[in-house]
Amino acid sequence: MTDMLDVAMGNVGEAPETSRSDWQSDQEVRWCPGCGDYSVLTAIQLLLPELGARRENTVFISGIGCAARFPYYMDTYGVHTIHGRSPAFATGLAMARPDLDIWVIGGDGDMLSIGGNHLIHALRRNINLNILLLNNQIYGLTKGQYSPTSEIGKVTKSSPIGATPRPFNPVSVALGAEASFVARTHDMDRRHMQEVFRQAYLHDGAAFVEVYQNCNVFNDGAFGAITKKVAREDMLIDLRHGEPIRFGGENEKGVARRDGGVEIVNVADVGEDAVLVHDEARQDPSTAFSLSRLAEGPHTPTPIGVFRACQRDEYGRTVADQIAEVTASRGKGNLSALLRSQPTWEV
Amino acid sequence: MTDTVAPPDALSVDKVIVRFAGDSGDGMQLTGDRFTSASALFGNDLATLPEYPSEIRAPAGTLAGVSAFQVQISDHDIMTPGDAPDVLVAMNPAALKSDLYMLVPGGTLIVNADAFEERNLAKAGYEDNPLEGSELDAYRLVTAPMTSLTKEVCKNLGVKPRDAERSKNFFALGLVSWMYSRPSEPTMEWIDAKFAGRDLIIAANKAAYAAGHAFGETAELGHQRVVVPAAPQEPGTYTNINGNTALAWGLVAAGELSGLPVFLGSYPITPATDILHELSKHKSFGVTAFQAEDEIAAAGSALGAAYGGYLGVTTTSGPGVALKSETISLAVSLELPLVIVDIQRGGPSTGLPTKTEAADLLMAMYGRHGEAPLPVVAASTPSDCFNVAIEAARIALTHHTPVILLSDGYLANGSEPWRLPEVDSLAPIPVEFATEFNHTNADGEPAFWPFLRDENLVRPLAPPGTPDLMHRIGGIEKQDGSGNVSYDPQNHAHMVAVRAERMALIEVPDVEVVGHPEAEVLVVGWGSTWGAITGGVRRLVNAGHKVAQVHLTHLNPFPKNLGEVLARHDKILVPEMNMGHLARMLRADYLVDARPIGKVTGQPFTAGEIEQVALGALDD
Ligand SMILES: Cc1ncc(C[n+]2csc(CCOP(=O)(O)OP(=O)(O)O)c2C)c(N)n1
Ligand code: SF4
Ligand SMILES: [Mg+2]
Repeated sequence: MTDMLDVAMGNVGEAPETSRSDWQSDQEVRWCPGCGDYSVLTAIQLLLPELGARRENTVFISGIGCAARFPYYMDTYGVHTIHGRSPAFATGLAMARPDLDIWVIGGDGDMLSIGGNHLIHALRRNINLNILLLNNQIYGLTKGQYSPTSEIGKVTKSSPIGATPRPFNPVSVALGAEASFVARTHDMDRRHMQEVFRQAYLHDGAAFVEVYQNCNVFNDGAFGAITKKVAREDMLIDLRHGEPIRFGGENEKGVARRDGGVEIVNVADVGEDAVLVHDEARQDPSTAFSLSRLAEGPHTPTPIGVFRACQRDEYGRTVADQIAEVTASRGKGNLSALLRSQPTWEV
Repeated sequence: MTDTVAPPDALSVDKVIVRFAGDSGDGMQLTGDRFTSASALFGNDLATLPEYPSEIRAPAGTLAGVSAFQVQISDHDIMTPGDAPDVLVAMNPAALKSDLYMLVPGGTLIVNADAFEERNLAKAGYEDNPLEGSELDAYRLVTAPMTSLTKEVCKNLGVKPRDAERSKNFFALGLVSWMYSRPSEPTMEWIDAKFAGRDLIIAANKAAYAAGHAFGETAELGHQRVVVPAAPQEPGTYTNINGNTALAWGLVAAGELSGLPVFLGSYPITPATDILHELSKHKSFGVTAFQAEDEIAAAGSALGAAYGGYLGVTTTSGPGVALKSETISLAVSLELPLVIVDIQRGGPSTGLPTKTEAADLLMAMYGRHGEAPLPVVAASTPSDCFNVAIEAARIALTHHTPVILLSDGYLANGSEPWRLPEVDSLAPIPVEFATEFNHTNADGEPAFWPFLRDENLVRPLAPPGTPDLMHRIGGIEKQDGSGNVSYDPQNHAHMVAVRAERMALIEVPDVEVVGHPEAEVLVVGWGSTWGAITGGVRRLVNAGHKVAQVHLTHLNPFPKNLGEVLARHDKILVPEMNMGHLARMLRADYLVDARPIGKVTGQPFTAGEIEQVALGALDD
């Protein structure tokens, strides 16, 4: 690394203690009152001090959308880029600056529609990013059109008779791209959000988190059937590494393997031994993928928590390693020698 | 075969233009390249024009599959690969059919007689064998059974006949090298190095070359052996360089000169891909070459790296620039340095991917949404790509702006001898990042304002990681100074004006008028037309005509003296490989009668064409 960047990259050792207010910028938060984005912001601003993160090493990168306004509200480094391209921008930044903690935040339209290609490639390459997809199943900023996660039949201004295309399941998409860390949480449970974000932060490589986020203006209650307090016990299946996957008021329901996939069972019917034990570290993403297919949409029992967390090479590091190896074996490049590297002649 | 000295009976000529043409599978690019290298090492000045089909494997023997390499070698300073070849090597009927019209009357035509059999003739659309009729009587025809002679000499080497056949291009090279008294050693050394470990191939290629050479010596060719003496050149160390290599090296140099590591984000596209290939090799300079998922990500990642304090670069051709345009506008708004390289090709759409054109100038200037000005520079020769790459990086890094560098397919693949610069003579690019607060808030607290500008209206850059200077930037309009989001109408008008003014504050060297001191006709060029314009104007000036030229490296902003230079001349001609982009810009900016001279055939101008139009303008 060159002198110019030494200052920026010299922050090592213990980070100074911070509190929530240190992470709040002086900009007025402009989401609609009651928007789920507020609780995500609060969760992050409370979590980062706990994690001992350094503000100057923390960068929030976003595309465009309501969710993508996030960076303006964090007293960290931040770039509000263009619609869909935040994973691309963040990829270059992460490759250049492995010393940074980079968060990428955006909506379902931003990351799965216009930016879907960049998202899957960032996940495939396993770039060291914490990617939060705030899924409200609608285009919020453009005032309520159906999005690639909107359910079939969704009536919006651009689908007055009901949307017909099949929606993406963001967790399935991420697992299909073989993301090394894939999780889901929701905006009604700050503790759960923080636990998932903490694991995402600690994960080495690309961490993808889908956050069910309520847009109370254009798609109010989209997740109510599973996230409201009275429904949670029966509707949210909280995945915990190493534990049998069980849910329900009496823990009477569980998830078991069937026909190469998984299904919801009454534990009493199948016996405790038949209940699937969650293994987030499995290299093969098939079981995690099956879990992601359990619910057709957020109205039947839906797994949340960490679906997959396993180790594999981070792309930026493999590139940096190649540079270091070549430099070590050949010595640092010499410009004069480069110019003379083809046949030359003297006049 | 080891003679490097011309035989005493050889006729000395000042220049010769040779065109090697054959099927894509015949190795014509390699043959031309070897002939060029041997000539460069011999001390000739030269310029090359490789032309190849866009299909990787066009059907063998067809007109679509013809691949050609033209080179002009001379004993004096030349600018172009020449107007019409003096020698055409046609390895098959299709090559003869497609390229014969270029050959000068009375020129030398060398054909591989073995390839002129029924099937190949039919594929090329010949009803009768042209070698047997009278249609080639206007040329000095040399028929050599290259394939069979090559197979013959390879027989005893243990090379299979099918493999032997592949060496026939070396036969052609040997023959032409004999005719033009080219040294053989460089080619022998090259064969040894290139095919190291594959002894049979080495033996076959050398044998074929020797056979071609011997064919020239022993056959009754009726062809005078010719020598093109070395050109007087400035003392120094020379190498033969093509534009894309020079450009890649210029980017490496810019990294060294600025002290910043280079990050290239790129997606393969002809004719820009070789820059990605070249930069991928230079890891020991700390260059990160990232092959992104598409051009948008290529630009986005380069901008992200630039934000992180790297020299961010993205390389592509016209279709890729179109995809990057939203990101380039973001870079304009963020005021971050970024170098965008456009190696232009024939368009629109896929157009003529392997043919040259320079019709992206107006896209580079105006092809963005909103008022989004940025500096544009263009390279004029293959070796100039090195200088212009450094210049683009210099402007980007000192003015914190995206810069578009225009080159084209002709410069990218064409080559010329290049006197290597001394590395110490290259000016450093000063880069300074902010490390301290630059403002005091009303409450007395120190603050960092990312859009508080210096006298050149350049804002400070504080890459993430810099203690205390945390700040947010984005594509939404910002308050000048604080950088906070602002929808204030007056502020937006002010920011639009500032972004325009920033361009005007970029220092650009004055243009130099070259040619007749009392010129009536001024030929104004940019980019790769430099060679043809200079050649054409020079001929006219030598003949006493009142013609001069200026050539632009900086297209935005224009050099300060350009308006005054244009005003001094009665007639302004603007030859461009497009339908009049620069001509429009000159008309708009200077209200002068700039006449567009367009050429959009996928081929560069010749000096003769420039000479003709300038003569015509003198007369009217
Ligand atoms: C290139 C481009 N196309 C379209 C838009 C308009 N646009 C802005 S945000 C958005 C969709 C936002 O939806 P989502 O990503 O789900 O974010 P949300 O607002 O719901 O948080 C669209 C279509 C744009 N800004 N840029
Ligand atoms: S439109 Fe919806 S998503 Fe956007 S701020 Fe308002 S409530 Fe939130
Ligand atoms: Mg949305």
